[in-house]
Amino acid sequence: MDLYEHQGKELFAKHGIPVPEGIVARTAEEARAATEQLGSKSVVKVQVQIGGRGKSGGIKIVGSAADAADAAAVMLEGGFKGMKVTRVLVEEQLPIEAEFYIAITLDRAAGDFLAMVSSEGGMDIEEVARTKPGALRRRHIDPLLGMHSYQARFLTEGLPADARTGAAEVLVKLYNLLKASDATLVEVNPLVLLADGRVVALDAKVTIDDSALVRQPELAELADSFPVDPTEARAKKAGLQYVKLEGEVGIIGNGAGLVMSTLDVVAQAGGRAANFLDIGGGASAESMATSLEVILSDPAVRSVLINVFGGITRCDLVASGILEALKRVEAKVPLVVRLDGTNAEEGRKILADADHERIIPKPTMLEAASEAARLAGVN
Amino acid sequence: MAILIDENTRVVVQGLTGKEGSFHSLRNRAYGTNIVAGMTPGKAGQDVEGIPVFDTVASAVEETGANTSLIFVPARFAAEAILEAAESGVALTVCITEGVPVADMARVHSYLQGKGTTLVGPNCPGLISPGKSNVGIIPGEICMPGKVGLVSRSGTLTYQIVHELTQRGIGQSTCVGIGGDPVHGVDHIDALRMFQEDDETELIVLIGEIGGDAEERAAAFARDHVTKPVVAYIAGFTAPPGKRMGHAGAIVTGSSGTAQAKADALEAAGVRVGKTPTEVAELVQSS
Repeated sequence: MDLYEHQGKELFAKHGIPVPEGIVARTAEEARAATEQLGSKSVVKVQVQIGGRGKSGGIKIVGSAADAADAAAVMLEGGFKGMKVTRVLVEEQLPIEAEFYIAITLDRAAGDFLAMVSSEGGMDIEEVARTKPGALRRRHIDPLLGMHSYQARFLTEGLPADARTGAAEVLVKLYNLLKASDATLVEVNPLVLLADGRVVALDAKVTIDDSALVRQPELAELADSFPVDPTEARAKKAGLQYVKLEGEVGIIGNGAGLVMSTLDVVAQAGGRAANFLDIGGGASAESMATSLEVILSDPAVRSVLINVFGGITRCDLVASGILEALKRVEAKVPLVVRLDGTNAEEGRKILADADHERIIPKPTMLEAASEAARLAGVN
Repeated sequence: MAILIDENTRVVVQGLTGKEGSFHSLRNRAYGTNIVAGMTPGKAGQDVEGIPVFDTVASAVEETGANTSLIFVPARFAAEAILEAAESGVALTVCITEGVPVADMARVHSYLQGKGTTLVGPNCPGLISPGKSNVGIIPGEICMPGKVGLVSRSGTLTYQIVHELTQRGIGQSTCVGIGGDPVHGVDHIDALRMFQEDDETELIVLIGEIGGDAEERAAAFARDHVTKPVVAYIAGFTAPPGKRMGHAGAIVTGSSGTAQAKADALEAAGVRVGKTPTEVAELVQSS
């Protein structure tokens, strides 16, 4: 789960990491009032769960409360890169002497955490990493040992002398935050040195491990603040992974890999997937029924492809779920069904016995994908 | 031969008395796997259809000679279950559980370095050496003994490709589902190394998906260290591009993580990449 910048900064503040004074505004009027409070100039920052704001007009430095209100209005009304914007962060302007990059992230290949610091902060850090690898210091942090002060000293050694102590302190506190909050990424770009010698986190990118949200109830509540598609929310509540796409073939499968593969095979057969929907492992009749309800509620769907290969999922339950769903919702489009794996014969028999007019059984994934693509076609 | 498991594998199931644990363990036993013990705290002395249950993995190992553990416990207990297996001295532990917090796995990963226990998973379907042993949830009936070694991040996609191979009469030495979690045990490279050294394996199928750079690293390893033919499949060519938060991930991997980038890296390393599961089976058949 990716946090908004202001939520990340609230976490930073809790862990003693210096951040600018800031106020969250949900309207242009609130942005005006916030700017007046901050001394009639401010930085207005769009709050979205993606990066790249600086390059795309998501951060405005304004010299008056009226300008702040205008900037906020543009962001709140126009959205950002196609995303809905519900809030902006209005912050004090600070006298910046130098900008750095500092981050701790999960290193999947190494199975540990990697801390990185560069004296060349700002927008093009990936370019710095590529062209001047020496300008980016890295250290692996053993999760059993934690971050040691000598590592923080090494990592910050390349920064200006008067920033080193402050940056090293931030680094240690960031690791403490990462550990306490089950974060897989904490990134500050830029971390800045101010004219008065303070080191302050001007930005905050924090990603929380979704699998750990059960033991992070306070952070889990933040999910309520993110814009969600109502259909996606409904699917999520039922334990389904659903993503709406642009096409006409509704897809239901089990396991992310097989569902992605199904999307690809449908595309190769000339169709376009209307969605990604993974019913997950050990899916029940109930989850299958909810899946079908979700898919059939999408008016763009012209055919449905159910592609299940049972392992922990039992095909007999999948088949029962399909029939159960068809009692609850009317299917106006054909359902192409392909079942294999655990209890597949039982599942196929359940469907054969039901002899439902909308259900078209197919023996292979390729044939099922071709049929679903054909049925969704204009002809 | 085969890798990791064979007819000498003796399995203790952690979480045997649970619904999923008993269902799949009994299927594994029916397949011919030596399921010798179960472990559920507080249930020592009971049995599941004749499989004795112990309070600890250590006592199960001592009493039954188990050398492999299979884990079906809930996510919040999974890390501890892996540690218990490792401390009890089993050579292999296979964790099926999904939803294990990353921080827990990072600690486990660090602890296991230099220990004598190999981890497969978590969030994986386990592994099968057809005709010899099935440890996990891969449906045994879709496999057949043979000479193709298969390694995959995905569960059901593995079944799909194994199924297509078997239908063409192409058997498998071992199929390993390594799991899709960010931090896991055996990875693509470990499996490639083991299959390269395995006398029974003549060809290797590598199945990957978008995200991370495991496939790119596996491609480099295959180029430098694998002489056996490798056929690959990557899922996710049409998956919606994920929104990206920070730069740290891209700095670490230096890869875009797209299906195309992975397929390109594999092909550049001399690995043939199938566009569909069916095409993968065809490429294997024509090898």
